[in-house]
Amino acid sequence: MSNVFIAFQKNEDSRAIVNAILADNPGAIVSDQPAMVKIDVPGHLVVRKATIEEEIGRAFDLQEMQVHLITMSGNVDETDDEFTLTWHQ
Amino acid sequence: MDMKATKKLGLKERYNLMTRDLAWSPSYQAVKDVFPYMEYEGIKIHDWDKFEDPFRMTMDSYWKYQAEKERKLYAIIDAFTQNNGHLGVTDGRYINTLKLFLTGVSPLEYMAHRGFAHVGRQYPGAGPRVACMMQSLDEIRHAQTQIHSLSNYNKHYNGFADWRHQHDRVWYLSVPKSFFDDAVSAGPFEFIVAIGFAFEYVLTNLLFVPFISGAAYNGDMGAMAFGFSAQSDESRHMTLGLEIIKFILEQDPDNLPIVQAWLDKWFWRGYRVLTLVAMMMDYMLPKRVMSWKEAWEIYAEQNGAALFNDLARYGIKVPKGWEQACKDKDHLSHQAWNVFYNYGAAAPFHTWAPSEKDMDWLSAKYPETFDKYYRPLWQHYAKEQAEGKRFYNGTLPMLCQVCQVPMFFTEPDDPTKIAYRESEYKGMKYHCCSDGCKHIFDNEPEKYAQSWLPVHQIYQGNCFPEDVDPSSPDFNPLAEVLRWYKIRQGEDNMDYADSPDKKNFENWRSQATGN
Amino acid sequence: MQIDLRTVSITPLRQTYNHIAERLGADKPASRYIEGTMNVQPDANFHYRPTWDPQHELFDPRRTRLVMRDWYALKDPRQFYYGAYTQARARMQEVAEADFEFVEERGLADRYDDAARRKALDFYVPLRHVAWGANMNGAYQCAYGYGTAITQPCLYAGMDQLGIAQYLTRLGLLLGNQGELEAGKQAWLQAPAWQGLRRLVEDTWVLKDWFELFVAQNLVLDGVLFALAYKEVDQVLSEQAGPVVSMLTRFQAEWGQDANKWVDAVMKVAAAESPENKELLSHWYAHWRGRVQQALAPIAELALGAAGADALARSVAAVDGRMNKAGLTLA
Repeated sequence: MSNVFIAFQKNEDSRAIVNAILADNPGAIVSDQPAMVKIDVPGHLVVRKATIEEEIGRAFDLQEMQVHLITMSGNVDETDDEFTLTWHQ
Repeated sequence: MDMKATKKLGLKERYNLMTRDLAWSPSYQAVKDVFPYMEYEGIKIHDWDKFEDPFRMTMDSYWKYQAEKERKLYAIIDAFTQNNGHLGVTDGRYINTLKLFLTGVSPLEYMAHRGFAHVGRQYPGAGPRVACMMQSLDEIRHAQTQIHSLSNYNKHYNGFADWRHQHDRVWYLSVPKSFFDDAVSAGPFEFIVAIGFAFEYVLTNLLFVPFISGAAYNGDMGAMAFGFSAQSDESRHMTLGLEIIKFILEQDPDNLPIVQAWLDKWFWRGYRVLTLVAMMMDYMLPKRVMSWKEAWEIYAEQNGAALFNDLARYGIKVPKGWEQACKDKDHLSHQAWNVFYNYGAAAPFHTWAPSEKDMDWLSAKYPETFDKYYRPLWQHYAKEQAEGKRFYNGTLPMLCQVCQVPMFFTEPDDPTKIAYRESEYKGMKYHCCSDGCKHIFDNEPEKYAQSWLPVHQIYQGNCFPEDVDPSSPDFNPLAEVLRWYKIRQGEDNMDYADSPDKKNFENWRSQATGN
Repeated sequence: MQIDLRTVSITPLRQTYNHIAERLGADKPASRYIEGTMNVQPDANFHYRPTWDPQHELFDPRRTRLVMRDWYALKDPRQFYYGAYTQARARMQEVAEADFEFVEERGLADRYDDAARRKALDFYVPLRHVAWGANMNGAYQCAYGYGTAITQPCLYAGMDQLGIAQYLTRLGLLLGNQGELEAGKQAWLQAPAWQGLRRLVEDTWVLKDWFELFVAQNLVLDGVLFALAYKEVDQVLSEQAGPVVSMLTRFQAEWGQDANKWVDAVMKVAAAESPENKELLSHWYAHWRGRVQQALAPIAELALGAAGADALARSVAAVDGRMNKAGLTLA
């Protein structure tokens, strides 16, 4: 089963996003580099607005994630509440 | 007025009202006249509304988030400039990767901007139109942030000042120029498969991760900042590329062979452009991120496998040429840098032979090939250089008619044999570097016969300044070509060891750290 | 106490890129607008003719009848490169967002006068489709125009119009509901009052000359329509029922002023270039002025009744005044 991945710039806001992703994706593998954080998950990754809001302490629109995003792989789907990456295999 | 029952609209529904619902089918003008380019490529679209844009960005969000990115980015660029950040890079050699970037890559961002404006206008579907237009906006962002980020390097180092002039003329820069000209001159569907999918999805990480990580590893905060900032736009672009290819394939089974053929062509053309990146990673970065071989294994072989497994359900196969590209990974960067070392007098950036330490790294990364095929070559050059006879090739290379890379590539199974392929068209012979390029030529000879090959142009006498007299006894064609290229002899070109760049970098650095 | 901050001063080799220095007449520091705009579009040695337009090169000044010695003379007085553009629009967006929130949270939409509400919905909602047409035209101009100085702002204007279409959609949802958007679309497609304008928009979609399109869309249609919609009609609604609609259309009103600055500068320089240009531009202006007047008359009446004709005449006169200043010969 291939990994999907998502990578963020390293900063204050993305810290909360990364923590949220780790909380919601038990299979996640983190690669922590000087300027970037990459998260790999087998097959499917979910980013939840509610979890981020808990982490960050304020309202958070999932579209705001784009300010920090570096790259990703997998098929994207987005609703008001969740952003997911999936390989259909 | 009675209270309307306003149920809150979901993201998808709202986005529909903000995009698709704005459009309508014209009745005062024929659809064919409003969208004239939709049929000639043979692609069949039955329902444009089936295209789903996962990111669903409205313009207000676009302005808001993009402005935030711009503010952050320019703050970093300003700080970097104010602090003489360029002196913090690992070594002055690093700056030559940026020259390659500005002259080779930034102009492509501009071409993407215009190309996406074109397809953004030409597709009848509102969804893809909006996504393409946003990408057009993003691409001019990239072109300009790069021009701006590198502006401070231009002030202090050579080889940046004539990027526009050189992209359109210099021999190796026709590799990226022809690549994008090919895409923009193709039909709107081919363009999106070529750029949106093959380039922006399949191959993008192989271009950007080396350059951006290279910047980060070598202390270049300016380039790193624009790299990371641009990448966040790239995630939208990648998504468009993947979504559009699925959309096209789902619309009609007849589209599959056409799309597959484009995938084969554009994987190969894109791979050939990445030759410049391979040599950059292995030979030009003082502090290396990873080898080309490693990058290929992660971003092409692993990632690509996941992608093509996913697309297999549509009948898509791994592109032709994939196997050869995998075989080439042990050789590509070495052979390419050898060519640039050779032609160091004719390029507006500096070249150099790898040091002993560099060669140890290359040995470790390429255990099967470096010591056997390439170390002896570099040792030979180093010896000549030590004797004051640094080698500069005084002839011109033959360029492949399609990819326009000098024809140095070897046969996939024999690295001692240069690969030559030939085709005939309307009584003329055309030369290609590989089966991949020959195949592309043979499919559309009338297109590639048009190529403006820099070396052919030089031999035809089209690359001299106007005041040149070729009949004069002291006529020096190479010198005149360099003048026409606006390459200043002894300043922009030749070995790094003798360059003003090196002198300046070291002087300034000691100024900044000494008293 | 004086603090004297110092950094290490290094003498640079040059101030800017060579093609910029050439344009500036000397090697001096250049603005981000200049460095990011001048000569950025390639103009030589294209490798292949477009298969979708083999009569022309990839970028070709012959795609318009207008002739400029230097297409980069058409600079944007707002100096919009991407960064300046997005930041300017983000500031406007923040204000617009606050206005929409204000209207919604204070219940001002719900309490709005019903007659004014009806007028506003009937008039403004179908305009979201006009804006969509303008968005398509901005993409066209950017794709086929010549020189970054003019193609860049044409795309920005096109994307602004998408934003405007989206703000009009939100106006429809806030003052009305999804049903109103449907009704507005039906009116756009079928109601007699709107057909002249719809025909006009569709006619712009088949214009081949991108500069004529600039005259038709950016100068005439936008100029007259925005004056009519965001000055004349807005004023009447405001007098009748308070500033709710003004708040919800504030972006458009400010945008119109901003865009006109740019359009006027471009027209002035283009007309001053040569008597041929002046004649051509004046001819295009006269033609599209007539068409736009004809197309907008029924909707001016729809919004303002008998007062519509005068309101439209004033809106047209405003653009006439601008073009007089720009040096065109008005019929």
